[in-house]
Amino acid sequence: MLEDKDRIFTNVYGFQPWTLDAARKRGDWDDTKALLSKAQDDIIEEIKASGLRGRGGAGFPTGMKWSFMPKESKDGRPSFLVINADESEPGSCKDREIIRHDPHKLIEGALCAGYAMRARAAYIYIRGEYIREAETLQAAIDEAYEAGLIGNNASGTGYDFDVFLHRGAGAYICGEETAMIESLEGKKGQPRLKPPFPAGAGLYGCPTTVNNVESIAVVPTILRRGASWFSSFGREGNKGTKLFQISGHVEKPCVVEEAMSITFEELIEKHCGGIRGGWDNLLAVIPGGSSVPLVPAEQIRHAHMDFDGLKELGSGLGTAGVIVMDKSTDIVRAISRLSYFYKHESCGQCTPCREGTGWMWRVMTRLETGDANVEEIDMLYNVTKQVEGHTICALGDAAAWPIQGLLKHFRPEIERRIAERHGAVAEAAE
Amino acid sequence: MAARKIAPDTPELRARWGNFAFDADTKAKADTAIKRYPEGRQKSAVMPLLDLAQRQVGRETDTQGWLPLPVIEYVAEYLDVPVIRVLEVATFYTMYNLEPVGKFHVQVCGTTPCMLRGSDDIIAACKKRGMKPGHISDDGLWSFTEVECMGNCATAPMVQINDDNYEDLTPERLDKVLEALAAGETPKAGTQEPGRHTSEPANALSSLKDMVTENHDYRGEW
Repeated sequence: MLEDKDRIFTNVYGFQPWTLDAARKRGDWDDTKALLSKAQDDIIEEIKASGLRGRGGAGFPTGMKWSFMPKESKDGRPSFLVINADESEPGSCKDREIIRHDPHKLIEGALCAGYAMRARAAYIYIRGEYIREAETLQAAIDEAYEAGLIGNNASGTGYDFDVFLHRGAGAYICGEETAMIESLEGKKGQPRLKPPFPAGAGLYGCPTTVNNVESIAVVPTILRRGASWFSSFGREGNKGTKLFQISGHVEKPCVVEEAMSITFEELIEKHCGGIRGGWDNLLAVIPGGSSVPLVPAEQIRHAHMDFDGLKELGSGLGTAGVIVMDKSTDIVRAISRLSYFYKHESCGQCTPCREGTGWMWRVMTRLETGDANVEEIDMLYNVTKQVEGHTICALGDAAAWPIQGLLKHFRPEIERRIAERHGAVAEAAE
Repeated sequence: MAARKIAPDTPELRARWGNFAFDADTKAKADTAIKRYPEGRQKSAVMPLLDLAQRQVGRETDTQGWLPLPVIEYVAEYLDVPVIRVLEVATFYTMYNLEPVGKFHVQVCGTTPCMLRGSDDIIAACKKRGMKPGHISDDGLWSFTEVECMGNCATAPMVQINDDNYEDLTPERLDKVLEALAAGETPKAGTQEPGRHTSEPANALSSLKDMVTENHDYRGEW
């Protein structure tokens, strides 16, 4: 188990104040100027060496992403860092804890990351529903300005860097990086076609990098303790510590920072008080937020909770929002409810997604009750394949995968319901 | 897609809201928001301005607030952008209310993580009190919406009422919150689970125990 001294987010539960004064006593903003005395490219190399992969779901290497940003502006365009705090993936609730309990880690991280990628300013895009969280973060930003930590000559480095907060207003799709940029520009959050990629033309047409809150907030600690410290946790290619969020049918749902690659069993036993009703009562787990396919009980128990370990099981680490379902769960309804979520959140731009998410949800509601024909299971699968990969952004994929996971692992249950319903109808007709 | 329509543009609506203008407080906040964006990019502030406008409407009507068309037009004029650019933002994002709501907008999360922890019972409890979607209770106090994941999954089920979240709910705990609100009190926001602070394992802290009583600095152990 990860030791407390190696936890980055020591105030994740908010037992202590979030304020600058208290954060400094925990080690934040401790001689940030020294961290930024290194050359920009050396910081990027350090982050690359740490093995940090993006914590927002896709797991793209963070240092490499930063290296795509221009080293100098040939045409006078500034560069921007956009921090994705639009945490809306069902099952995910980690960035909220960072923002409301450890906001100075995020702001200091924004300065470090912004410096490394030569950005002029950071925009933190926080989901609109995080109302109190946004108030805390804005107050923390104000404190940091007041103390000269950000703004002109940030932390005495001679580098000018602003941090701005932008509140969303209830649209899951704005967590997609180009939709987020559109939204920041004051438009509907509909994703852009890529290329051009944000690193070439992002916010206001300027080079932009979009990073998740957790990816940014861990940066100061990595720079202080060194890449080798961070990479001492987790398996090859899956380094570091990670905030896991366990919800659903465990005894003690919680958010907890653990070493990457911890096994599912250890995570649940150490921090969550076990599965409700014991391991024999476990049905399935959605290990990385609603977008990843579910994993049945027998496969997940000893699985490594990291990008590669869960990919091997046909699923993914995603945001590490672990949704646990015991045998009392109506598994078809659990997935059908996610289909409703994607139908609700489709931005409506691409036809396969706009029409497909509604169609898939309607079929799913009939599969819940068995009011369908067996052939429709294959038809549903085919439609998920027609949506997947045929849209501008990954929301179409995200809507398809949970259904594919259900059909792969629980087809007999769906067939049973259809047979049972048909039996009941036949009986009623007699 | 969520199907969202603006309220009809009627003479009554014009009569009530045609003279809408930001009050001093809203104006100060709006001008601060506009300054967060580069010169010439004031359109970026459309979202904060709509939120501020909705809140002012809320104060004027003693509700959570909503966005009548004349208010949307005012925001467009304020930012010097075409009305349609503001209207399409107002209809796209679900936190902008397009029709009047009650004093308390009860938004119950019904997505799978909350569903697994009993949001059906929470929704049923709301319905039992006469709340239903798109309807304001006769006393003007309550509006109800089932919303999508609010990011409180480790403290599910939850409800957001105006600006505060109430988490780890049971129907009984929800009743207490609603009754306190109706009585004009301010119930404690956050988790309603006795002994739980925020999102730690309830009454079974598994890490960071030193932090409970003091602002522990772990750097000495590095």
